[in-house]
Amino acid sequence: MHELPITEQIIKIAEKHGRKFRASRIESIRLIVGENSGFIGESIRMYFDIVAAGSMCEGARLEIEYVKPKLKCPSCGEFFYRKPLSFACPACGACGEPTEIGREFYIDSVTVSTDSADAARRNKDRRDI
Amino acid sequence: MHDVRRIDVMENIHDENDRIAADINADMTKKNVFAVNVMGAPGAGKTSALKWLIREMKGLNSYVIEGDIESDIDTRALRALGVNAFQINTFGACHLDAPMIHDSARNLSFDEGGVLFIENIGNLVCPAEFNIGEHIKLLVCSVTEGCDKPYKYPLAFEKADIILLNKTDLLPLLDFDGDFFMKGLRALNKDAPVFRVSGKTGEGYEAAAAWIAAEAKKIRSPLDNF
Repeated sequence: MHELPITEQIIKIAEKHGRKFRASRIESIRLIVGENSGFIGESIRMYFDIVAAGSMCEGARLEIEYVKPKLKCPSCGEFFYRKPLSFACPACGACGEPTEIGREFYIDSVTVSTDSADAARRNKDRRDI
Repeated sequence: MHDVRRIDVMENIHDENDRIAADINADMTKKNVFAVNVMGAPGAGKTSALKWLIREMKGLNSYVIEGDIESDIDTRALRALGVNAFQINTFGACHLDAPMIHDSARNLSFDEGGVLFIENIGNLVCPAEFNIGEHIKLLVCSVTEGCDKPYKYPLAFEKADIILLNKTDLLPLLDFDGDFFMKGLRALNKDAPVFRVSGKTGEGYEAAAAWIAAEAKKIRSPLDNF
């Protein structure tokens, strides 16, 4: 349930960029998902085909890159992965602080295709500019 | 023949939610309404906390938007106490988001300013991920949930601006390790004040309400000076 509205949002953003380039369809969407973002890539994938049906994203490939969260040690500056029930730095034992690493949740890029007539028109527009 | 190309997007998927949240926040600030996003697990005591806080919120009007998956039990209880409350039912969704608050805030009249408490869905995970236009996030947790919660649900503890540790009247019956709780909490959040409260006796709520009221004064609209 949590990922359904987010999947709709992903498709909306991909379509917005596709339309900007007069694409006829979205071939793939590259998503960056931090493991602390609160979103599960596999759940997004589960909803994706259903939500994308009939849209410019229908049949698009979802490429998901996961990012593991890291803490930063305020004492020695080490970035590290935390162990369960602990925030301790493995280098010096001080208490690590949260960072933005692992919170990522964004669309990195989309690959779009344009049929030849549209492509020709776009190239002409570009020449006219 | 197809022309295939890769387009760099680099767009945060929360952007639209955050834009609406910023609009709500600006609108509330203009109306001198201080918005508090009340988060906590189911049964932590969020609604009882609101009843005590509103009682102690001397001289400030209080408004409540109640978020629940189903039912209006909490809204009815608050209205029975004379609180201006509005119910949102999400029917399955595990958190409130900015568009929901944008739509429901229209149902409350904020003519006199004050404090708007938005009670999020009982859940220690997702509510912390979505801005809903609040000025502060208030986390209600209780000693019966166990002292390991900051380690298991770090985001809610990290994002909180104020934390109420509830049900402290039950401490004599529990093995709640307060030092372990505070160690985990302070690793994530150095600044948020922690108020030890009891929804049963009302202990600790006067000080918590005074802290919120003092924060609320900081957002007074610049127009007030004219």
